[in-house]
Amino acid sequence: MEDLNKELLLDLYHTMVRIRMFEERVRDLALKNEIPGFVHVSIGEEASATGVCAALRHTDFITSTHRGHGHLIAKGGKLDRMMAELYGKRTGYCKGKGGSMHIVDFALGILGANGIVGAGLPIATGSALAAVVAGRDAVTACFFGDGASNEGTFHESLNLAAVWKLPVIFVCENNGFGEFTPAQTVTSVRDIATRAQAYGIPGLVVNGNDVIEVYRYASEAAARARAGGGPTLLECKTYRWEGHVVGEQAFLGAAAYREQAEIEEWKKRCPLIRFQQYAIASGRISAAELKKIEDETLAELDAAVAFARESPLPDPAEVTEDLYA
Amino acid sequence: MAITTFVQAINQALTEEMERDPLTFVMGEDVVLSVFGATKGLYEKFGPTRVRNTPIAEAGFVGAAVGAAMAGTRPICEVEFASFFYCAFDQVCNQAAKLRYMSGGQAKMAITFRTVYGAMGGAAAQHSETVYGQFLSVPGLKIVVPSGPADMKGLLKSAIRDDNPVIVFEHGGLGRAREEIPAGEYLVPLGKAAVKRPGEDVTVVAIGAMVPKALKVAEKLAADKISVEVVDPRTLIPLDEETILSSVAKTNRAVVVDEGHLRGGAAADIAALIGEKGFDFLDGPVTRVASLDVPIPFSPPLEKATVADEARIEAAIRGLVGR
Repeated sequence: MEDLNKELLLDLYHTMVRIRMFEERVRDLALKNEIPGFVHVSIGEEASATGVCAALRHTDFITSTHRGHGHLIAKGGKLDRMMAELYGKRTGYCKGKGGSMHIVDFALGILGANGIVGAGLPIATGSALAAVVAGRDAVTACFFGDGASNEGTFHESLNLAAVWKLPVIFVCENNGFGEFTPAQTVTSVRDIATRAQAYGIPGLVVNGNDVIEVYRYASEAAARARAGGGPTLLECKTYRWEGHVVGEQAFLGAAAYREQAEIEEWKKRCPLIRFQQYAIASGRISAAELKKIEDETLAELDAAVAFARESPLPDPAEVTEDLYA
Repeated sequence: MAITTFVQAINQALTEEMERDPLTFVMGEDVVLSVFGATKGLYEKFGPTRVRNTPIAEAGFVGAAVGAAMAGTRPICEVEFASFFYCAFDQVCNQAAKLRYMSGGQAKMAITFRTVYGAMGGAAAQHSETVYGQFLSVPGLKIVVPSGPADMKGLLKSAIRDDNPVIVFEHGGLGRAREEIPAGEYLVPLGKAAVKRPGEDVTVVAIGAMVPKALKVAEKLAADKISVEVVDPRTLIPLDEETILSSVAKTNRAVVVDEGHLRGGAAADIAALIGEKGFDFLDGPVTRVASLDVPIPFSPPLEKATVADEARIEAAIRGLVGR
């Protein structure tokens, strides 16, 4: 930690707090049916999104997943426009046509969350290909889950990116579950990172709850990609505190596919608490500084919810807009 | 004007558009060697960055074309045979077609897909199918089906310049078709049908490789004083409804000819259009001539019995005009 500048450290914490608070609020609003549709939150997984995006430049790209709010926030997504999209409002990022699983902000290099598991892998590979064709030194980070690593697109994309030495970082967030199925029961290897060997690229297991470790590995992978060294597979080991989809207890009941004790065990490894402990122990950051970040984020979030609530719904006449360029 | 084959027309369009825009590039199975000749010479001219052989991994490379377009380039992606699109349905239907709309208009999806379709003699069901019908109910795509070399060149150039995902279906049996193509820049707009032969008694709306067949039948029937108007939509999305309906308003009879299957395909779609918006013009039922609803069989007599042909087009026309 000593070699990282204080501004970066505060940024890392700020991003994780923004994700945590946004996700908790979204969960609560969805349970009250104020937010419609399927909502997937990433509470407990903040460090991987934050550490990877901190290693990227503004001009770099990311692809995300159905559980994508954290990735978008980490790449600079605005909470008010995200929240408005979740509410289906015209002021949302996608004018209400995408919703929780489909937020996109091209200006920030966010090529989109995606409702299809594994769909982001070829898209990220293509985004990296575009950088080569256009002669830009942009890197693309591709977030996906343990579930996607069993999709054909995972294998096709790693092969293609390896063959063409494309500047892409494949970031597998192994949160232990594909929907409601424990990952280890449907995955042939213990560490998904080992699958990189099949494609002749580096594959590394990372503590996905340690934002600084994620940042370091992602920075190395980004530098290698930018220098023409090709893709890297990072497996960030983490855990999904919440269910697959908000509200699942209504149809599954409690503890349908995992024990509460397992959840409690992982909560002890909370990425935010871990960072707070580092930061204060290092003597470089005070509890007051962390508190200030939390207070500011709460105000930002309250304003985002107010913005979403007050924004207009789309006019039905807008339904045929935006289909073709 | 020079005589050009269908495949040469594709090659000319690709060469001209790649010279015009450095953000265009070609990717696909065996595009460097170019099995059918459409991409021949491009690798030598434009080099390895812009002409890329892909692995035989349709989901992967079609998805990569989607990502490359989203990140600002203009991929021209070849899927060797149209049935191979089934391996990449998610990438075409869930991603390329939808992401502009779902992102509230943010995504620019300037992809041109090129693919070979149709029965061409013993290739059997997985290399002979006419699959564009499956894409007609996927909003967000454009569907182009050229019937000859000149349209092929002009439509492909327009497709490459279009900022939407366009699939250009090239019939495998048309490869050596020859036609004069106007010299210099030659563009055919997407969404404009062509009246390939004017006539008075019956309108035949024919698609792709069915157009030359319909024209032969029209020529034959002229000897019997049956005047056939042949309309080629050229693009199925967007569809030039006006040209089709104007023709039917004049002839009062309509036959729709397609190589796709009868159910749920392009012929069904265009017949429904005529029935709905052209009902008052009609003196008889809209008649469809399409392939039988079986997979395209291997053995030549079986293949011939399945695919719409000149005899069935002629019978349909005679049935409508009553002679």
